[in-house]
This record gives sequence, C-alpha cells and structure tokens, in this order.
Amino acid sequence: MESDLKNLKIGVLALQGAFREHIIAIKGCGALAYEVRLPYELEDKDGLIIPGGESTTISKLIELYEFKPRLDNFYRKGKPIFGTCAGLILLARRVKNENFGLGYIDIEVERNAYGRQIDSFEEFIDLNLNHNSDPKKFRAIFIRAPKITKVGDNVKVLGKIGNNVVMAREKNVLVSSFHPELSEDRRIHQYFLNMIREYVKKEN
Amino acid sequence: MEKGTLRIKTGLAEMLKGGVIMDVTSVDQAKIAEEAGAVAVMALEKVPADIRAAGGVARMADPEIIIKIMEAVSIPVMAKARIGHFAEAQILEAIGVDYIDESEVLTPADERFHINKWDFKVPFVCGATNLGEALRRIAEGAAMIRTKGEAGTGNVVEAVRHLRNIKDEIVRVASLPREELVTVAKELGAPYELVLYVHENKKLPVVNFSAGGIATPADAALIMQLGADGIFVGSGIFKSENPAKMARAIVEATTHYNDPEILARVSRNLGSAMYGTEISKIPKEELLSVRGW
Repeated sequence: MESDLKNLKIGVLALQGAFREHIIAIKGCGALAYEVRLPYELEDKDGLIIPGGESTTISKLIELYEFKPRLDNFYRKGKPIFGTCAGLILLARRVKNENFGLGYIDIEVERNAYGRQIDSFEEFIDLNLNHNSDPKKFRAIFIRAPKITKVGDNVKVLGKIGNNVVMAREKNVLVSSFHPELSEDRRIHQYFLNMIREYVKKEN
Repeated sequence: MEKGTLRIKTGLAEMLKGGVIMDVTSVDQAKIAEEAGAVAVMALEKVPADIRAAGGVARMADPEIIIKIMEAVSIPVMAKARIGHFAEAQILEAIGVDYIDESEVLTPADERFHINKWDFKVPFVCGATNLGEALRRIAEGAAMIRTKGEAGTGNVVEAVRHLRNIKDEIVRVASLPREELVTVAKELGAPYELVLYVHENKKLPVVNFSAGGIATPADAALIMQLGADGIFVGSGIFKSENPAKMARAIVEATTHYNDPEILARVSRNLGSAMYGTEISKIPKEELLSVRGW
C-alpha cells in the first residue's frame, strides 16, 4: 500500500496561493507532490491539485502561460483533478459574473458569496466519502469562500452545510469550497490519492 | 460556526502567498491592479511617495474611498490604520475591509503601544524590521507580518536588510540549545512561547510578506528568492511610467521568481520605473521604518 503511493506523481499548481500546504498534506499521506508553474510540467503527473488563492490572479496566469490545452488534455485522459476554493471556481462549468471556468465539473458557482473576510468561518461538517468512511466530522475552514449555487445531475455531493453543497465530485474532478489543506485532518487528501491510485491501476 | 479565529485570520494570508498586493488610491487604479493579477489591493489616499512628499500627519484614508474600491473589485481590500490608533481600526472593521495594516507609513498615534489586535475579528498585518519586532506584533494578535523596507523610496535595500535580519535570526534561534531560549526571548523582547515556536519550526508562526521600495520585476524576484512569501508594492506601480505593464510584469516575476528567462522577458520595455531615493540622503527624522516598537 505505502510503496505504490510513492510511485504516484501529484502536481500542485503553484502559480499563486496555498500550494505549499497541499504539498505538505500530500507528503503527510506518504505520496510525492511537485510544484507546477509551467504547462509542460503537467505531462508526467498522475493527478493535479489547484489550490486556494485568488481565482482572478490564478486564472490570468493560466491564460497568460497558455495552460488550457494541456489542462484539457489532462482532464480528458481521466487524470484526477482536485480544486479547493479558488481551484473550485476555476474548475466549474459556470461562474456568476465572470467569464472564466474550465468547465470540468457541472456546477455553477458564485464567488465570495459567503461574504467578505469578516464573514469567513469554520464549521464541523459530515463527509460522505465512501460506505465505510470515518463518521467523525471534518473541521472545514471557509475563507471568502465561493458558493456552489447549482449542481448537475451527474455530480455526487460529498459534503454539505445545511442546504449548501460544499464538496462534490464528478468523475475525475473533485472540488471543495473550503480548505482541507489548512486542517490537520488528511481524510480528503487520502480520498483524492485513492482517486489517483484507481486511475493509475486502470491505465496499467 | 466560528468566525474571526486565528486560523481564519492567518488563512487569508496563506491564500495571498506568492502574490502581489498593490497600493491604490482610486477605483481606476484598483481595477488596473485587479486586471494585472494583484491578489489584493491596499486602499489609500496617497501612495507612500506622496505621503513622504506632502509631510505633515498622515491618517487613515476617507472610508468613502475605501468603500468605493471595495465595491469596484472582487479581490480582497486592505486599508491602513495608524500605529496604536484602535479607533481607526474599529472604523475600518465596521466598513468591512478584509485586512488592516497597522502601518508605520502613517503617522503613529501612540508612541508606546500598538493596537491589541485580538480585540478584532478582522485580521491585521504589521510591519517588522527584525525577529523580536515581528514576534511582538504576533503576540499582539497580528495574523501576517511584512518586513518594512523604507516605503516610498523605490529603493529595495532596506527591504533586503529587514528580510535578511529576520531570516538570519530565525536560523540562529533554531540552532540554539533549548536552555538559552528564555534569555534569547528576553534579549529579543518577545514572548518565550513564540521564540520556542520559531526554535521548533524554523519559521514565523504567520505568513511573512515583504514591503518598502520594491519597484521592478527584478526587485520582486530578489525578494522572493530571499524567502518572502509574497510582496507589497506601494508607490512602485502607480509612480512608474506604465502602471498596467509594470503591475503585470511584477505579478509574473513574483510567480516565476526562479526562472531568469521569464524574468528577462517580463522586464523588457516597461518604461521607466519610479524615481529611486538614496536612503542615506533622507533626514533621520523622516525615516518610516524606525516607527513602531
């Protein structure tokens, strides 16, 4: 189990934001993570994390450095992609009042819809990761978080606060509107690593 | 549901890492900064170079300017309060700014005490020139530190000095035997618990940006290579010949700080950078970085 984790190569988009925390989280789970700053660095990766940060900044750098073709290719191959907060915004099909959105997951999103920084909050939430997942609540940290306003039919809801979906998955794309990389709890990163492991097993 | 926790306050600073926070004085400038890829803007009445030129007492900006900028951009908006002026900070919190900079660029309101930042839900960033000063600010509740540099000069030398000071002192504290730490805490004028944190983790407990005198993409790359988590650019953008181009170039340089080919490309044809001032030519009483205690 441990040894096959070491064979996985996880890229973390390092244009701006909390990429270091994701690298620490992945390493904490026993796998290897690498910063991705230029499109060609995606080629040998088995999975990709798009971290929290400022979505306008990251999207401008994605455009300026022409990431789109290689990202599209990455997604179409079925390689797992995980977006947290700003990363979720970038992966969404539609973003209210904005024209970005890579469109890899069928959700609609509104930026900063939980409010400004003084409204940022922490909340313990239930995770619905798999049948025998740990029932312990997850300490989720929301910082100027985006709100998922609509979820497509093929999207699986993995976490909620009240009626609001805060974590979801469609095929190879996982998103959360909060920051699991800022918690010590590694269950979500482990879940993402399992997605990558399954992808690699299928490819071989 | 909990709000205003330390994790939430430091968390926003974590999200700003690897980015550029730009000083702006109008809605138009704020939009230029956002379009260029700034991770946040600092809403001001005057950039530091103009504050320096104007002299007199520099205060918190008119809330009207700050509110207009908050309405115009979707990125976080910061604003400055005077050192020790907790009423200015209360006003900034009331209008909902995302971060307060308790800043030496404004004229201090208290010559002995800084604001007790634990009283607020909004996070604070504070300036520091050395490790002791950084840890004192953190003890008062700062959720982010920025090395001061010498604001409004376009001269990066003080930013380099302050960043190296802090990095060197962290290395020293981390290397000392544990029995020396109480005495080190006394010498630094910092709480023992925070000195112990630095000793064990080899870093500050909060994000550390760099400010004061950064004027070109090369300056940004230098500061990032020296280990800053991100940068503040004050006068460097809107006092340059072509602010939009300079802003974009500094954003790219901050992301690709380790890639000389990209740095060479983004540094070309930017027009002239802001005028730079030799620090030794500034009268001692006009230095900003010595404010704060």
